Amino acid sequence: MPRSIVTTDTPTSANPDEVTHTLSIFVNNKAGVLMRICQVFARRGYNIESLVVSQGRDAHFSRMTIGLKGAPEGLEQIVKQVTKLIDVMHCYEHTTADAVVKEMLLIKFLVGNAQQRTDALQIIEHFNGKTVDLTPSSMTAMITGDSPKVDAAVGMLSQFDIIETVRTGKVVMARGEHPT
Amino acid sequence: MKSNQMDGAQALLRTLDDLGVEYIFGYSGGAALPMFDALETVETNMKFVLVRHEQGAVHMADGYARATGKPAAVLVTSGPGAGNTVTGLMTAQMDSVPMIVLTGQQVLWMLGKDAFQEADIFSITMPVVKHNYLVKDTNDLPRIAREAHHIATTGRPGPVLIDIPKNVSQDPFDGDLDPPVNLPGYEPEKSTEIDDTAIDEAAGLISQSQRPVILAGQGCMIARAGEELFKLSRTLGCPVTTTLLGKGVFPETDDYSLGMLGMHGTAYANKAIVEADLILNIGSRFDDRIIGQADKFGANAKIIHMDIDPSEMNKMIRPDVQVIGDAKASLIKLNKKVERLDTEDWLKHLNSYKKKFPLQYRKQGGLRMQQVIDELYHLTKGEAIISTDVGQHQMWAAQFYKNDAPYKWLSSGGAGTMGFGFPAAIGAQFACPDDLVVAIVGDGGFQMTLFELATAALHKLPLKILVLNNHYLGMVRQWQELFFEDRKSGVDLEGNPDFVKLAAAYGIQGFNIKRPADTARILQKALDYNEGPCLIHAECCKTDNVFPMIPAGAALEDMLTEPPKAKMAKPVGST
Repeated sequence: MPRSIVTTDTPTSANPDEVTHTLSIFVNNKAGVLMRICQVFARRGYNIESLVVSQGRDAHFSRMTIGLKGAPEGLEQIVKQVTKLIDVMHCYEHTTADAVVKEMLLIKFLVGNAQQRTDALQIIEHFNGKTVDLTPSSMTAMITGDSPKVDAAVGMLSQFDIIETVRTGKVVMARGEHPT
Repeated sequence: MKSNQMDGAQALLRTLDDLGVEYIFGYSGGAALPMFDALETVETNMKFVLVRHEQGAVHMADGYARATGKPAAVLVTSGPGAGNTVTGLMTAQMDSVPMIVLTGQQVLWMLGKDAFQEADIFSITMPVVKHNYLVKDTNDLPRIAREAHHIATTGRPGPVLIDIPKNVSQDPFDGDLDPPVNLPGYEPEKSTEIDDTAIDEAAGLISQSQRPVILAGQGCMIARAGEELFKLSRTLGCPVTTTLLGKGVFPETDDYSLGMLGMHGTAYANKAIVEADLILNIGSRFDDRIIGQADKFGANAKIIHMDIDPSEMNKMIRPDVQVIGDAKASLIKLNKKVERLDTEDWLKHLNSYKKKFPLQYRKQGGLRMQQVIDELYHLTKGEAIISTDVGQHQMWAAQFYKNDAPYKWLSSGGAGTMGFGFPAAIGAQFACPDDLVVAIVGDGGFQMTLFELATAALHKLPLKILVLNNHYLGMVRQWQELFFEDRKSGVDLEGNPDFVKLAAAYGIQGFNIKRPADTARILQKALDYNEGPCLIHAECCKTDNVFPMIPAGAALEDMLTEPPKAKMAKPVGST
């Protein structure tokens, strides 16, 4: 087996070997921490697909969940280099097998008549979502779940004129009693 | 310890003094005024050295640290002052050198408003430091200084920058001068806990080896593991090659030494790596200058990688065994688990390479840089602290100035920073006032930071500046000759000054070497000169090339030991 770790492929190229990774990073709640972490990705040409940052239960710390695509061998380095940052407590990669991975979607679309409204409500109900804003001409729905479910909801609602969508990006929590 | 009489700057300086910081290299400016004032109002054991450019200050702190293992401080102002530290920070970060850089900054409420001499140095330097701070509260200064010192000097060392807005340093201090550090994500003390299983696995691989090679790097130097390294080599009967930065951690005149490996390393070190059945890397990061074509490196060998930094594992090379932790702690454990190997044939074989491919140079065709370095080596008995710049002279110095002791070879490896050699030598001379310090520099790199002649002269530092002048950026010219059909582009340093006259303008004694036959005599005169710094200018032949050479990205077995007879393709790997 070759020992070389050096690849000439750019990590962002459309490579079938690229898989989606979800990283959970526990960090000091300080200015600049997000930038330090983003630099590790940017330097290697990785594009962050989703990013959620929020204060931890202990306000001295923050939790970041980062979704990205890339070759697994490059990711090993990224995880280690992120872990090495002084402000990082830990950085773990999670899969759907060992963690609950969820995101939330807000979607706004045009509904011009009663029939459209009824159709839309049926779809939203199917995905366990709810309407959060309703006007005579538009509807905004909120749907939460794992990413394929959210994708499917967007697909079904595409029969309407979608004005915009906002997704929070993924948040993860380890399954069982283990901390994330 | 509490005090209500101090301002932030005074508290900061007292903390640095308390931490044992001995030197502050710096350059003043508006945003740093409170800190410069504190230099006058606080009594400390620290000495301040006014440089002539901020880059010089950072390289001086770097040279000081490489010679002692201890961090010095750098104190500069905001904006351009802070910006001028970036190259030096990158140099230190690449080579794991500890230092604390303090930058003045605009007042807090002006940040982000394009205020005069405002630069977002916190963001600018993030990728080139181990860690950095923007201080917002005066009372945080002692804790941050203590954290910076702790981070810079423990684990894998590196530079730490503290950006200090002027109001923060000027405001009254009403805090604790000795607060505990608060670094929950940083646990360098774990680096001395070495995994026994990994050591057993390493010892197992070693016991099966007949052709082992130890590759020792900067990590051995930082961990002060020279003694344990020597013991391991002797116990096993194992030859040792070092990286550029590892020079001196194993005595280069020892029979078991193969000298430096890599792009311009010895033929026998590179051949040993190619033919080895076991490569034991202790504290080197498998830099692209030493592995060449990565997928061919150590293709037939088992590889053990010992490193304090887990992110170096599997970065360039996938080892068979990883030992994560401090090199000294790892070697102490490993030494207890290994015994003598039957390496007699292997050593004989390598000795035949030493005879067949010795480091050598032609004595004809003008004055060779190699000869000047070789003579310097013999006249100083190899005992000088050598600080080099970057380029051909650096590689020749690495080849011909053999180091038998650690912390006496200062050279910018990872960053390859031209302009490093001379100010780093100044820093080393401050650190080691009784040692002989020689800056070996080329005409190109020296001109990047020669303004520090004033600093050297002012402090009457007894250092020797050896300018090896070939009127070219020689290493680039060498590549153009070999790979670009000798089209010289941007390498002719036409317009070089008369370096001896230049030194005289600073009140520095100069010596000229023009003929090979005069070299030893003039060098000796310069070494005997005792009235402060002196500059030795050697007019060297213009178009010499460094060999052996492994073109970038080529495999170690494709090493050239002499000028190629046929035209060569452009190298594909690295730079």
